[in-house]
Amino acid sequence: MDQNQNGNRGPGRIDPEFLAYPLRGLADAALTRAAQLGASHSDFRAERIRGQQIGLSDGNLETVFDSDDLGLAVRVVVDGTWGFASAVDLTPEAAAQAAAEAVDVARVAAAINSEPIELADEPAHGDVTWLSAYEVDPFGISVGEKIELLADWSGRLLAADGVNHVDASLLQVKECKFYTDGATTAAQQRVRLHPSLTAVAVGPDGRFETMRTLAPPAGRGYEYLTGTGWDFNSELAEIPGLLAAKLAAPSVDAGHYDLVIDPSNLFLTIHESIGHATELDRALGYEAAYAGTSFATFDKLGKLQYGSPIMHVTGDRTAEHGLATIGYDDEGVAGQSWDLISGGVLAGYQLDRRMAALKDLGRSNGCAFGDSPSHMPIQRMANVSLQPAVGGPSTQELIGGVTDGIYIVGDKSWSIDMQRYNFQFTGQRFFRIKNGQLAGQLRDVAYQATTTDFWNSMEAVGGPETYVLGGAFNCGKGQPGQVAPVSHGCPSVVMRGIRILNTAQEAGA
Amino acid sequence: MSGQFQSAQSPPALSPQDAVERALQVAKSDDCLVIADESSSANLRWAGNTLTTNGVSRSRQLTVIAISRGHDGARVGVVSRAGVTDDQIPDIVAEAEHEAAEGPTAEDAQPLVTSAAGAADGDWDQLPAATEIGVFAHFAQELGGAFATAASSGRKLYGFAEHDLTSTYLGSSTGLRLRHDQPTGRLELNAKSADMAKSAWAGISTPDFKNVDVSSLEADLAQRLGWADRSVELPADRYETLLPPTALADLLIYMYWSAGAKDALDGRTVFSKPGGGTRIGERLSGLPLSLHSDPAAPGLKAAPFVIAHASSRDSSVFDNGLSKGHTDWIANGTLAALTQTRYTAHLSGEPVTPAIDNLIMDVPDPAGSLADLVGKTGRGLLLTCLWYIREVDPQTLLLTGLTRDGVYLIENGEVTAAVNNFRFNESPVGMLSRITEVGATTPTLPREWGDYFTRAAMPPVRVEGFNMSSVSQAS
Repeated sequence: MDQNQNGNRGPGRIDPEFLAYPLRGLADAALTRAAQLGASHSDFRAERIRGQQIGLSDGNLETVFDSDDLGLAVRVVVDGTWGFASAVDLTPEAAAQAAAEAVDVARVAAAINSEPIELADEPAHGDVTWLSAYEVDPFGISVGEKIELLADWSGRLLAADGVNHVDASLLQVKECKFYTDGATTAAQQRVRLHPSLTAVAVGPDGRFETMRTLAPPAGRGYEYLTGTGWDFNSELAEIPGLLAAKLAAPSVDAGHYDLVIDPSNLFLTIHESIGHATELDRALGYEAAYAGTSFATFDKLGKLQYGSPIMHVTGDRTAEHGLATIGYDDEGVAGQSWDLISGGVLAGYQLDRRMAALKDLGRSNGCAFGDSPSHMPIQRMANVSLQPAVGGPSTQELIGGVTDGIYIVGDKSWSIDMQRYNFQFTGQRFFRIKNGQLAGQLRDVAYQATTTDFWNSMEAVGGPETYVLGGAFNCGKGQPGQVAPVSHGCPSVVMRGIRILNTAQEAGA
Repeated sequence: MSGQFQSAQSPPALSPQDAVERALQVAKSDDCLVIADESSSANLRWAGNTLTTNGVSRSRQLTVIAISRGHDGARVGVVSRAGVTDDQIPDIVAEAEHEAAEGPTAEDAQPLVTSAAGAADGDWDQLPAATEIGVFAHFAQELGGAFATAASSGRKLYGFAEHDLTSTYLGSSTGLRLRHDQPTGRLELNAKSADMAKSAWAGISTPDFKNVDVSSLEADLAQRLGWADRSVELPADRYETLLPPTALADLLIYMYWSAGAKDALDGRTVFSKPGGGTRIGERLSGLPLSLHSDPAAPGLKAAPFVIAHASSRDSSVFDNGLSKGHTDWIANGTLAALTQTRYTAHLSGEPVTPAIDNLIMDVPDPAGSLADLVGKTGRGLLLTCLWYIREVDPQTLLLTGLTRDGVYLIENGEVTAAVNNFRFNESPVGMLSRITEVGATTPTLPREWGDYFTRAAMPPVRVEGFNMSSVSQAS
C-alpha cells in the first residue's frame, strides 16, 4: 500500500473499524456479479461517514447528535447506460445484490437513454492509501469536553454588555472511503470541522443585529479549536464591541461604491460566480433543470474575458486543509491542480471522467464525488481559489487606496441566478471607508452585480499575507440532492463601482 | 401501509421492530427512546431528451436517545447508526448512555409521552414498506414518448423523478410503539427551446406515480414555450404580479420555517413583538387568509405524531410520539400560532403546536383558477416559479431570489409576451398585506424547496407591488 505524501501528518491510519470490514471481498462480489450480468464498466465504493453535531443556545445544551452512515455502492455501465444501486449491509450477498440491482436500473433506464456513456482514461494507480492533514481525531475527544469548550466560549460572549443571546455549534465529520474499479483501489480518510458562534443583540426598540465568528470550516482535527489554524480567543474578545457598533451603525445609503472585500466574504462570491460557473456539466446543460447552466459556455473556453487581467483562479483537490482535498476521487482519478481563469480569461473547467470524454479533453481532473454510499457520484466542485499577487499589498494598503467605499467582512446571505450572471450577497460587518481610512460600521448592506462586470472591476489583489482559505460544508447540487464540502482561498481585493442596496428599503421600509 | 408497494424482498437480518425492542431491553438509563427508520428510494434524471443519472438505494438507521434524570434536570445522549446488527445494539445504547452521563442538562427536558392520541397509519408488526425502480416502469415508457415528441418539435426535456418510502418505528421506555409510513414522490419536467433561450417548468408531487400524465405536462410546457415567441424587456420595478401556487408555496414555506416560537420569544425574528413576546394575534392580511397544516390532509398525509431524532431550536426529543392535529398558523388573516415544542409552549404560555410536514393556504371564497386571475389582469406579470431563495434580513424576513423558467407579461387579460427574468427582494410576511386576490387552492410542488418539502396546497395570488430589484440576464 502506498502512503500518499499529501497530508500524511494525521494519526497515520485509517479507522480500523472501517478497514475491518471485508472491503475487498465485498468489491469482488459486486464487480464479479456486475460482469456476469453484462456490465462493461463497474466500480465499487464502501463508505463510513461519522458525524457529530453539537449545538448550544445561550450556553445551554440544545443539540447533540452522533451519526454513523455506513454502506456500499455499485455503479455500472450496461449497453452504454448508467445503473447505480446501494446497500446498507456490508455483506458479500448485499454487494452482489446491489450489483444486480444496478444492472436492472440500467436496463429500465435504457428506454430514455440516447447518449452512450464513455469514460476518459485514467492511469491505474494500484493499491493506494490517503489521509487528510490533521493532528487530533475529533471523535477521540469526549462530548463533554467539547460542550464545555463551547459553553465557555458562549459564556464569554454572554458576559459582555449588549449581547442578549449566543448560538454555538460544532459540526464534525470523519469520512472513510474504499473505492475500486479493478485498476485503482483506494482507501482514504479525511476529517473536517466547522465551529461557529453567533452573538445576538436586541435593542430596546425591537431592532436586532447578529455577528458570527469568521473562523472558516477546515480540513483539520480538534487542534483547530485549541490554537492551531485560528485564534478563537482574540476573535471572541472582539465580537461584543463589533456587535454593539453594528447595532448603533447608520443605515447605508444605496448607490455605487468602491469595495474592499475581505477573504471571509469573497470566498463565497468565488464559490457562486466562479466555482459553479466553471463546472463543465453545468456549462453543457446537464444541470439545466435544477442547479442551472453557466454563462461560461464551452465555446468561450480560451476567449471569455471573465475578469480583469490580474485575475488568476485555480481549481485543485490538493490544498492542505482544503475541504475538497482528497487523494483520489470517486472514479479513481488522482487529485490535481489546474487553471480555471488565467490573465482574466476562461482557461479550464472542472471535470469528471464522463465530462472529460464528452469534449475530448483528455484526462479528468478528478472532480467526481458522491456524498454518501446512497448517491451516485457526479461532478462536484474542487477547491476553487483566487491567487494572491506575489509581493502584493496588505488589506490595510488596499483600504488606503479607496477614497469613498465600504470594507466588507464575513459572509451571510447569498443568491445567484441559474446561469451565474446576477448575484446578491450580504456580510457580517460593513465598514465605511473615507479617504483611505475606516470610519465606523454601516448596516443594511447588500451588494449586487453581474459576474463578469464584477470581476472585470477588480482593480487590485492583495498579497499572500492576506490569503485565507474559506469554505463551506454544504454546497448543494444534483438530484437527488447531494452536499459537498469545498474550500476557496483568496486574498483581499479592491472592486470599483459596485451597486450597494439598502436592505431595509428593499423590504419596503 | 397502503398496499401499493411491495414489502422489502428479503427481510433484514434484524427487523426494525426487533431492533427497537432489543435497544429498549438493554437500556439502563432512566428513560429511553428508539427510532428505527427504513428507507428505500428510486430515481431517474434526464437532460436534453436523454437519461443522465439514476439509482436505487436503501438505508436503515437506528437512533437511540438515552435520558438520564437527576435532581438538577435531564441529560440526553443521542447516537444514530446505519446498518446496525443485533450484536451492535448494546454498544450503541451504551454509547448514548455515556453521552447522556457526561453532558449538561437539556433545557427542553420534559416527561416522555406515554400515549399518543394520533393513530399511526400502519401496524407495528408489519414489515417495512419499500419502493424500487419498477415504480417508474410505466412512467419511463411515457417519458421516452415525450422525449420523442419534444425532439421532433425542436424542444429539449430536462427533469427528475424520485420516489421514496420511509417506514419509521418509534418505541419508548414509557410504552410507545408507533409506526408511520411516508411515501414521497415528485416529478419535475423542464422544457427548453433548442437554443436554450426559452424555458418552461412544471412539477407535481405524487405518492405513487400512478396517475402521472407526462404527455399532458409536456403539452402544457410546449404552450408556455409558445408564449415566449414574442418577448419584451422590462426594467426592475415594483409590479402587479400573479404568483402561481408553486411560487407562493416557496415563499410561505420559508416563512413557516422561520416561525419558531423560541426565536420569536428571544426577540430575533419577524414574529417577535418589540419589547417582548410574539406577534400572535396580529393581523397580517386584510383578506380572510388561512394558512394551516394537517397530518390527515387528503393527498398530503404526513406523520401524525412527533418524530424528532435530535433536539433543535424548533423540535425536542422529549416530544417524540406527541400527537399532531390540524393547526392554524394564520386564521382569517391573523397570526394564530408559531411552531412550538412543549418546552417553548411552557415559555410562551401558548398551546403546543409542533411543526407538521405539509402546508396549505386557502380562503373561503376563492377567485377562480390562475387562468381566471390572468383574465382579470389589466397589466401585470405572471411568474412560473422562484429560485435560489435566501434570507437577507431576519428582522423583516426579507428574502431574495430569482424568477425562473418563464416570466410573462399580461395585458388586457391575456398573456402577450415573455419577459426577462428578475432578482426579487420581498418579505413573505410583508407581502401578505399586499395580496389583493386569491384563487382556488390546488396541490403544488414547491420548486425551490422540493428537496425538503413536497406536501403543499396553495392558491394563485395577485400581489400589488412585488419588488423586482434588478434584471437577471439568465434565461
